[in-house]
Amino acid sequence: MTPKSQRMTLVLLGLVALAAAALLALSGLRGQAAFFYAPSDVRGALPAPDRAVRLGGMVERGSVRRAGDGVSIAFTVTDGQATTPVRFSGIAPDLFREGSGVVAEGHFNPDGSFSATNLLAKHDEKYMPPQMAGKMHETRTLEKQ
Amino acid sequence: MPTLHALANPARFLRIARPLTPWLWWLGVALVAFGGWAGLTQTPPDYLQGETVRILYVHVPAAWLGMGGWSAIAIASTAFLVWRHPLAEVAARAAAVPGATFAALCLVTGAIWGRPTWGTWWQWDGRLTSMLLLFFVYLGYIALSNADRERGGDGRVPAIYGIAGTVLLPIIRYSVVWWNTLHQGPSIGLTSSTIDRSLLWPLPFMLLGFSCLFGAIVLMRMRAILAAAKAEARLRRRALA
Repeated sequence: MTPKSQRMTLVLLGLVALAAAALLALSGLRGQAAFFYAPSDVRGALPAPDRAVRLGGMVERGSVRRAGDGVSIAFTVTDGQATTPVRFSGIAPDLFREGSGVVAEGHFNPDGSFSATNLLAKHDEKYMPPQMAGKMHETRTLEKQ
Repeated sequence: MPTLHALANPARFLRIARPLTPWLWWLGVALVAFGGWAGLTQTPPDYLQGETVRILYVHVPAAWLGMGGWSAIAIASTAFLVWRHPLAEVAARAAAVPGATFAALCLVTGAIWGRPTWGTWWQWDGRLTSMLLLFFVYLGYIALSNADRERGGDGRVPAIYGIAGTVLLPIIRYSVVWWNTLHQGPSIGLTSSTIDRSLLWPLPFMLLGFSCLFGAIVLMRMRAILAAAKAEARLRRRALA
């Protein structure tokens, strides 16, 4: 083996070891590194009410109810398999709307509903001009296939 | 003398790099100017984001070059470690600052876009956090290679660091696939895109333009590093004489 190919082998071995270590660490993180829970993630195993968590999914069509006080809203978050009712008081982002993605920060109540202290709109990867966005546009990215 | 030996090859490099630098620079300026004009005036707004969508013409090239810059460092570091090519080490050092700048530009434009779109400047989700990590890894590389040089090191430690840092690249790329993230999934694949063509077409101009600028800056910095080494060697010779 020439010194050159020896060094090449060393570099390659190092890279393989590094990639394996990273993969191990990532698979260990898999459950913990999620930015939010989806409604089907918490079925049966609700996070404790005193834990601050995020819930993400699609705002179910026709589910948004605005209260008389002007700031309180109630809606349902779905991921295609399960749904969670959410209550929120405050200013929702401009892009918050039915059929679109949302990430709510807050906590779960013992009855399985979610009290949000903050709402984030989740944008999907589709970009198009306004005249194309009719009924054909359906956000599906947050639903599990 | 080892310095003279190292400069034998760079002389050939400089003969190509010197005329190539202005060509790359002005081509990049022209492409970015055209792409920027097209992206600001010739494309429709997005149906949901409105005019905010236009930031993608800077954000996406910045993200690609932030990651591309690290790929360049990794490839050059491998060439330096395996073939002991002295120019490769110079190239790796030269790519670090522009790469870090593009990574920072990507983070800043992302935050500016995130405020009106998501309703937040920053969230610790997988994509955002891993990109921030890449920026810090860049800073670490710059500090390490400067320290190595100042102490007369042989460049091996920064090269190993440069190769090790590549672990981050697939993590950044697939963070939106592996985990739930606030950041949307990939829009642009190898053969298709979920960005409508009427919005997408200025992007290749911006990508190519920013890449040309990146290349021009790397060449300039390589020439500056070589010139500094030459001046240092001359001073040392004069001090000895």
